[in-house]
Amino acid sequence: MRRYLSPLLFVAMAMFAVAPVLIERAPYEASMGLVQKIFYFHVPSAMVMFVSAFVCGIASVLFLFKNRPSSDHVAAAAGELTAVFGLIVLVTGPMWARRAWGVWWEWDARLTSSLLVELIFVAYLLVRKYGGPASEKLAAAIALFGMANVPFVYVSVNLWRTLHPRTTVAMTLPAGMKEPFWFSVAAFGLLYIALLTIRSWLGRERAELERAYLELEEE
Amino acid sequence: MFFKIAWLLMRKDLTVEVRSREILYTTAFFAVSCVLVFSFALVKEGRPLQDGAAGILWIAIAFAGTLALGRTFERERHAETLRALLLAPAGRPAIYVGKLLGILALLFSVELVLVPLVGLLFQAAFQREVGWMIALLVAGTVGFAAVGTLFAAMLVRARSRDVMLPVLLYPITIPVIIAGVRGTAALLQAAPDVETARMWVALLVFFDAVFVTLSLWTFESLMTD
Repeated sequence: MRRYLSPLLFVAMAMFAVAPVLIERAPYEASMGLVQKIFYFHVPSAMVMFVSAFVCGIASVLFLFKNRPSSDHVAAAAGELTAVFGLIVLVTGPMWARRAWGVWWEWDARLTSSLLVELIFVAYLLVRKYGGPASEKLAAAIALFGMANVPFVYVSVNLWRTLHPRTTVAMTLPAGMKEPFWFSVAAFGLLYIALLTIRSWLGRERAELERAYLELEEE
Repeated sequence: MFFKIAWLLMRKDLTVEVRSREILYTTAFFAVSCVLVFSFALVKEGRPLQDGAAGILWIAIAFAGTLALGRTFERERHAETLRALLLAPAGRPAIYVGKLLGILALLFSVELVLVPLVGLLFQAAFQREVGWMIALLVAGTVGFAAVGTLFAAMLVRARSRDVMLPVLLYPITIPVIIAGVRGTAALLQAAPDVETARMWVALLVFFDAVFVTLSLWTFESLMTD
């Protein structure tokens, strides 16, 4: 994976440089105007966040049952990235909601489930940092349970909210908005892969360094 | 064999508990003080908040449950008996089930005190739909304890276990709390909404099935050094 890192980063950066032009050229949404443009940033982040949560969960399962340290590094990287992209989602979401719905926060199904997934992954990072010895396994269990929890959170929050129905803005994409949107999704996807590679590589190097230190001390 | 080990382990936990009654008394008292604190905050001019009873009942269960889980495993750690348990020629899943049953027995006893108290203080008619109320309590408590037992067992060796248990447990068990509170609130309405309660019980049973299975599946590799 590391071999492709530099070209990958380059393409991702280039796409991020071009994206504003495409987004600027996209047609304005009639009722929301300029504020709708945050959509090109917000939705890809949310997609990456959920994909990352599953990457973390699957890597954790591999670590638990196959006991491969490399899976643990990938899980740690994906866990951190889930929290980072989740933060982006939770910051950009209210900015948009303030203009579109008139309030910063709405107990809508999607908002609440994103918040809960973010909470689970913050807990994951807390365990990794402060869990003490053998916290990798504990963290792996959190990631696995967190991943299994995503559908439950979504269904329960959905049912909870639909008992009090509320109209939300329909999300259908007209032509002209579709292309920059998927362009942004691709850019965020590539950025995610690049960051994931770098971060897992860093984790691996760190473990290697620690091992080397211990070996040196033993001599 | 599996059920025998689980049964023996539960009996061991309950025997230790019956001798001192430490966890039962402290947890029940904690739950009662929780409800009292909430009632001072949420009962205004003698009138409880709408849906307040359902929320307070489940918050008290979650808080008391965390305490009971922490204390149960603290006792094992203190006496160095968890290692002995893990060394015993018994399947790890059976140990998990035994622990889970012990904690469930404890939590159900606490709920026996808690539910009438909330009913009394918040004028909530839990007795109107007793069957569905019991179903909600059982399914919700099993879901909460299933995840909690696994996490508490893993946290025995962790440094900051007291604070870590609620930090990890609450985000994961949010669906249980939502289902419990909404289901209970539906039953407490002026006209009990059994249809909605049944839907939430179904969700809880599904949650229990998934998370008990996951716990049984992962307990072995998680409790191995």
